[in-house]
Amino acid sequence: MTRDQTAYIAGAYEHPTREAPDKSIAQLHADAAAGALADAGLPSGAVDGYFTAGENYQVGRYPPLAMADYLGLDVSYFDSTDDGGSAYVNHVGEAASAVARGKCDVALVTLAGRMRTYEPDPPEHGDRIMQENFEEVYGGETLPLYALAARRHMHEYGTTSEQLAEVRVAASQHAQYNEHAMYREPVTVEEVVESRTVADPLHLLDCCVVSDGAGAFVVVSDEVRRGIDRETVEILGHGVAVDHHDAGRIDLTTTAAERSGPRAFAEAGLDPADVDYASVYDSFTITVLQTLEDLGFCEKGRGGEFVDGGTLQAPDGELPFNTDGGGLCSNHPDRGGMTKVIEAVRQLRGEANPEVQVPDAEVALAHGTGGYLGTRHAGSTALLGRVGR
Amino acid sequence: MTWEPRPLPSVTPETAPYWEATADDQLLLCHCTACDLTYYYPRSRCPDCLSDAVEWQEAAGTGVVYSHTATELVSEWPEEALPVVVAYVELDEGPRVLTNLVDCDPADVAVGAPVEVTFVETGADLSIPVFELRE
Ligand SMILES: [Zn+2]
Repeated sequence: MTRDQTAYIAGAYEHPTREAPDKSIAQLHADAAAGALADAGLPSGAVDGYFTAGENYQVGRYPPLAMADYLGLDVSYFDSTDDGGSAYVNHVGEAASAVARGKCDVALVTLAGRMRTYEPDPPEHGDRIMQENFEEVYGGETLPLYALAARRHMHEYGTTSEQLAEVRVAASQHAQYNEHAMYREPVTVEEVVESRTVADPLHLLDCCVVSDGAGAFVVVSDEVRRGIDRETVEILGHGVAVDHHDAGRIDLTTTAAERSGPRAFAEAGLDPADVDYASVYDSFTITVLQTLEDLGFCEKGRGGEFVDGGTLQAPDGELPFNTDGGGLCSNHPDRGGMTKVIEAVRQLRGEANPEVQVPDAEVALAHGTGGYLGTRHAGSTALLGRVGR
Repeated sequence: MTWEPRPLPSVTPETAPYWEATADDQLLLCHCTACDLTYYYPRSRCPDCLSDAVEWQEAAGTGVVYSHTATELVSEWPEEALPVVVAYVELDEGPRVLTNLVDCDPADVAVGAPVEVTFVETGADLSIPVFELRE
């Protein structure tokens, strides 16, 4: 018998917490795992594949082993690819591949982070390695590295702060309906551009929230899917790419989505025009704008015009995005990729908040950007579909 | 102006020639003699062809601003070191290098502005290459 190679997401769960000072990171992983398995209606004993990015080893040395131990898992497949915030979108593809090859039938993917309330000790002097010595010495860390991308995009394409602000405005419109979102108050373009400049041209409201949180999803084989009652979501295609400094030829106006996107669309046999809903990694507003261009939703350099006028606002915009409020307004527990997958699943199941549910959503995209637009980052694109669409 | 309290690099055998040259106000690039690529940051094998036939090449030290930001926040940096202008400078030799622009009003910095290297002394046997606006 030939194995059906399609894999499905059968359960997904986002922890409601945004501030969890009294919980260990392993505990948050476990809470999320329990939530996702309950959503799928599967017992923990059914799990035979496990994926964790490890989140900077905050669960202990050798994260997949530490967590398999903590969760009591007996796995025939595991992986801990860690490319930052995009890791969980990567795990969609990796879990689907493992299921397709028959390595496992129930793959659990978990994330937990305590960016808000846990301050790991800063690295001792001398701990900087390799290229960090040519970056951190100059203050080259997350915020300025994204600001550099925004500046260059503005220079080459005439993108404005007001256009970037439209991304935040759309996210805030969605967040008002999410009772768990950190910031539920809708904001205006004026409020975004008048918020404090933190690294010009980026303002405070161009940046994502800093939250504690956790999430998980479960990827299953066709055989498992047939045995459960819950509505599942088909994994249609997946692609990854890495963009880096390239020996000094770095192009700050493009992202890895330029290559991960077409790979995912090719595997799925779909085009950007087929996408009903998009979860787009939103560490900063500029991340969204560049990613939308690179995924092919508009011409390169026209992202500013594209997002203008409510394009991203659900349910009626041309391309509803991040209907949970995204990392910009709802949740960004160190890494934002997990919530991108979870909200895409909610949309395809028709379980997003009613005010932002996209009618008849059949194809959803989830894209993660891990690392830094200003030096090196991964792009990971997943295309998901309603079963029997 | 001295560099501290900003962080110092960790010098390794692989990058020691680069940092040692900074003490003599020299900015070094790597040049691959196998494929002719001039690259930055320094590393022992060429990122285009993986050859180890790599020699040090002194940069002219001039270039133009490729992108820039005045950041109000850098983790672990003291207030007196902020804001700092973080920039990519495109060197005449080609590579775009992440650096700081110093002794300038951030409002005067623009993409395309000509810049030249200058070296900030540290308490250690190395200086930090940064850039300033050129007339
Ligand atoms: Zn070479």
